[in-house]
Formats: sequence, structure tokens, C-alpha cells
Amino acid sequence: MPIPQRVQTGKGARVMETHELYGVVAVGLFCIGLAAVFLCRHLLKKIIATKIIGAGAFLMLISIAERDAEIIADPVPHAMVITGIVVAVSAAAFALALARQIRMKSGQSEFGGEPK
Amino acid sequence: MSALFQSSNLPAWLVLVPVIGGVVTFLLPVRLRGGVGLLFAALTTLPALFAGWLLTGGTSMRHALGGWEAPLGIALELDGLGAVFILMTAVVGLIVSIYARVYFSTVVPDPARASMFWPLWLLLWAGLNGMYLSEDLFNLYVVIEVVGIAAVGLAVLSGKTPALVAGLRYLIAAIVGSMAYLMGVALLFGATGVLDISMAAAALDSGPTARTAFALILLGLMVKTALFPLHFWLPPAHSSAEPPVSAILSALVLKGTFYIILRLWVEIFDVSLSFAAGQIVGALGATAVIWGSLQALRQDRLKLVIAHSSVAQIGYLFLLFPLITVPLGASGEAEWAIFAWTGAIYQVLAHGFAKAAFFLAIGVVVIAFGNDRRESILNLVGRLPMVTFAIGLAGVSLIGLPPSGGFLAKWMLLKAVFASGQWWWVPFILVGSLLTAGYIFMILRLAFAPADKEVPMRKVPRGLQLCALLLAIAAIVIALPAEWITGLLQGMSAFGDPVELMSNGGEAVR
Repeated sequence: MPIPQRVQTGKGARVMETHELYGVVAVGLFCIGLAAVFLCRHLLKKIIATKIIGAGAFLMLISIAERDAEIIADPVPHAMVITGIVVAVSAAAFALALARQIRMKSGQSEFGGEPK
Repeated sequence: MSALFQSSNLPAWLVLVPVIGGVVTFLLPVRLRGGVGLLFAALTTLPALFAGWLLTGGTSMRHALGGWEAPLGIALELDGLGAVFILMTAVVGLIVSIYARVYFSTVVPDPARASMFWPLWLLLWAGLNGMYLSEDLFNLYVVIEVVGIAAVGLAVLSGKTPALVAGLRYLIAAIVGSMAYLMGVALLFGATGVLDISMAAAALDSGPTARTAFALILLGLMVKTALFPLHFWLPPAHSSAEPPVSAILSALVLKGTFYIILRLWVEIFDVSLSFAAGQIVGALGATAVIWGSLQALRQDRLKLVIAHSSVAQIGYLFLLFPLITVPLGASGEAEWAIFAWTGAIYQVLAHGFAKAAFFLAIGVVVIAFGNDRRESILNLVGRLPMVTFAIGLAGVSLIGLPPSGGFLAKWMLLKAVFASGQWWWVPFILVGSLLTAGYIFMILRLAFAPADKEVPMRKVPRGLQLCALLLAIAAIVIALPAEWITGLLQGMSAFGDPVELMSNGGEAVR
């Protein structure tokens, strides 16, 4: 674990720690994914959107591992992220398999769309 | 060796037995899966019954997995509330397993595909028991995912296109729900540094972090419990699955995440709650009661009627939250909390049994007539009297007519509503019952109506009809052991205890 760099956010302003930046990005990813899940109709786009939500949640977990920054990162959130990634990958694989079957059986690649 | 079978290991066995069953049935050849699966279903029921017997009088037991105590290890805790849910899962699960054994061996043309029911169902059962036992927030996330993936696997078992599309919709909703939950857990862990529920509850302060975490966790779990307006995935998924699967999905799977919401609401989030939070959740539940019932009345296919009815019946459960979330100072005379708790738990039980019975009965109708359209059940009473009786009994419980479990649930909720002075919930409960009576009597009217011409009917194994009838009878007689069930619940510290908070919109106090 490298010693965290400091990100300068402006002259004289309070410096933003790397992990805080991670946290902000995590929230952003979460929101982007959430919006995409509701807005996109294509099956593949929806599945990718759930992956982006997942990335947001995992990045949030990583950013909170930084509780005692200079010494050592908290390993518990890292363990959670590893477990979470395994679970999320299986869920995504399952979703992709379903989407593929739907397309093979009906030619449909969107929810509520007419078969093409 | 005998140490393995100590009663303190009971929580671990409750999860381990179905997990072993799931793996074993997956490895076995197709023709053996049904029998062995049923055997493991029976084996899973045993520790559940033992748990109910052991906890009579309201005790609880804690099991640290592998001997590692929290915060390092993961604890399983079995208390009265969990035991009630575990018992319901066991009784419904066993009867549905018997139904599934008969159904998949006689009715379904593709045995290889159908036999996948067993590993998925046993893993789902393990996940549900895990939900009722876990004392660890992250472990809860894992079992939520186990239940979610197994449930979708079961929902798409038939392999037909409508089931696949509904299943994918269900899966995406489930993933979004569990990710929102995980995000909330991340924030909670960031604020407290522990994952054990009781430790996190002790370390959590009220503030924006706790509120955001609460909102994320609540939203995530509400998607999974299909609370209005997040119920969109439920009707297609539940109505396109095979009958035993529909029964499992609506009777059992929805209750798992409701249990987690209930547990976290009273054990962790009492610091970040406000009177408004309870009222908002209650309003969503009340809207669900009306909306779901109205939709159920409009459906043309029986399975869709029953699936929409689940949306409504789940709504009743959420009326518990406004009733147990009271302003500070009101708590002195808050003895209605016991009524509210009893009502909600009875709603869980009554809906579990009645809805499972309903789906199994409609399954018999589909086998007999090839479809579940309304007009195909004309003169059902003359042709399948046992199934008609099952539908009638389950309907009585759903409407809430005495002396059924559903009556006790709604009566207790009404009692709590009046005693708490939150009179605005009354019309929703009553109109909901009236609308439920509307769609139940619509079905019964058709079942008793004479048919102009008899449609040809396929013979249905008697065992299938008997399973549906047994569950329907259970939905009625569940009202009898009320004293024993409330006795179980009294072991839980939060039972009968409202979550108190200051009415002036300020910070909550413990």
C-alpha cells in the first residue's frame, strides 16, 4: 500500500485526501449506474449499468479502508470488496446468460421492445 | 463427535443442512435428485422444529462461527422473531417440496431441466435461514445475493421466453437492490468500524451518515421486498414461474428481506429515524394495499391476480413501521406496539400459507385445463372440489375473515391503529380487505358457476391437491397457537417496544 498522495484542490483551499476523492467518485459512479439502469432499455446496457453501480459501491468500500492512512489500511473492507466482486461477477454472468437466451429464443434485445 | 450435535450449534445446522443438500443434489444424476432433494427438505425441517421447541418461552441463542467471536468472526443469532420465520419457511418449504416432487416427476416433460429445482431450492432455503440468523451486516449481503440468484434461477426454470424476460428483469432489480444495500453497509462500516449488528448499533450516532446509510439500505431492501412503487418486477416473475416456484417466491422469498428491514429498523436505525420515516414507509404500504388489490381485480389470468395480490398483502406488512415509530413521550402508553407486532407477524404467516396454497391450487388448475384464464375454472367446484375448497380457505385468510390467521393479523393491526391514534390508516386496511374480497369472490363465483360446455380435463395427481389444501388449512388454523407464537416473540428485546424519538423533528434518543 503506497503512502497516499495529496490532491491539491485549489490554492489555499483544504487539501483533499486521495480516499476522499475516491469517495466522491464512488458516489458519482453509483448515481451514473442507477440512472442508466432506469433510462436504458437495451438488455446489455442495463447489465453494464448494474456493473457501474457495483463499481461505485466497491470503490466506496475501498475509500473507507483509509482510516489510519499513514500506517496501514483496514483490511476488512478489502476482504468485503473481494467477496463482493466474486458475487457480482456471478450475478453478471447469470444476467448475461439470460440475456443471450432471450435473444436466441425471441430475437428480443430490449425490455418491452418488439422482437427484431 | 457429540460436540457437533450440541444444541448451541443449532443455528449453524439450520444453514448447513440445506447447503449440503443443495450441493449433493447438484452432483447426483438426474433421476435421483427428486428423492434426495425431498429427503434433505425433511432434514432441514427437523432443526427448524427443534428451534421452535427450544425457544418456547422466549429465549435466544448465539453461535459464533468457528469459535471466532465478533468483531473478528461472524455470529449467528437465533431469537424468537427469527424462529417464527424459520418455522414458517420450514412448514411451507416441506409441503411445497412434496408438491414439487410429485409435480416434476409426473407433469413436467423435461426431467433434466426440472431436476435443477432441487439444488436451487435447497440453496435458496439455506440463504433464507441465513437471513433469519445473521448478526453480521456483510454476511447479510452475501445471503441476500444467494437468495436473489437462486430465486431468479428458479423463476426461469421453465425456460420459456416470458419467464426468461421476467427473470432478467427480476435479476437486474435484485442486483440494484443489493448494491444499494452494500453501499449503505459501506457507509455504516465507515461510521462505526464494525459489521456486527449489535456492535454497530452501539457505535452509531445519529447524523447525515447514518441517515444516508439508512435510506440506501431501506431502498435496496424495499426493491427486493417489492414494496410499491418498486414492485414492477414482481407480477411478471411470479406469474410466469412453475407453480411450486411461484409459491416459494411469494410466500417465502419476499419475507426474507422484510425481516432484514424490520431487524435493522429496530436494532440499528432507531438513532436516525424520525416520525416522518415511519409515516412515509407506512404511506407506501397503504398505497400498495390499494394499488395491488385494484390491479388484481383487473387481471384476466389467475396467476396474475394472485401475483398482484402479493403486492397488496406485502403493503400491510409495512403498516407496522409507522405504528412502532412514535414520538418521545408517547411511549408511556404505547402498549399498542404489541398489537402492531403481533398483527404484522401474523400477516407474514397468514400470507405465507395462504399465498403458497393459492399458487399450488392454481398450479393444479393449469395442469387440469392447460391454462389459467378466468373462464377455464367454470364449474371448478364440481370437477376439482378439493382445489376449490383450498382456494376458498386461502381466500378467507387473505380477506381477513374470522377465524383465520389473516383475520387475526388485520384485527391486531386495526387495534394498534386505533390505540395509537393514527386513525388515517383505517380506511386503507378496510378498503384493502374489501377489494381483496372482490377478487377472491370473483374467482369463487366462476368456480361455482355452471359451465355451458365441459372442457376436457387432464387428470391431476391427488397428492398435488392435498398439498394445496394442507397449506390452506394451515392459513386458517395458524390463529390457534397465537399464545405460543407471541410467547416466542417476547424473547426479542424490541418486541412490544416502540422506537422512540423526539417529535419536534430533532435528534432521536435511545
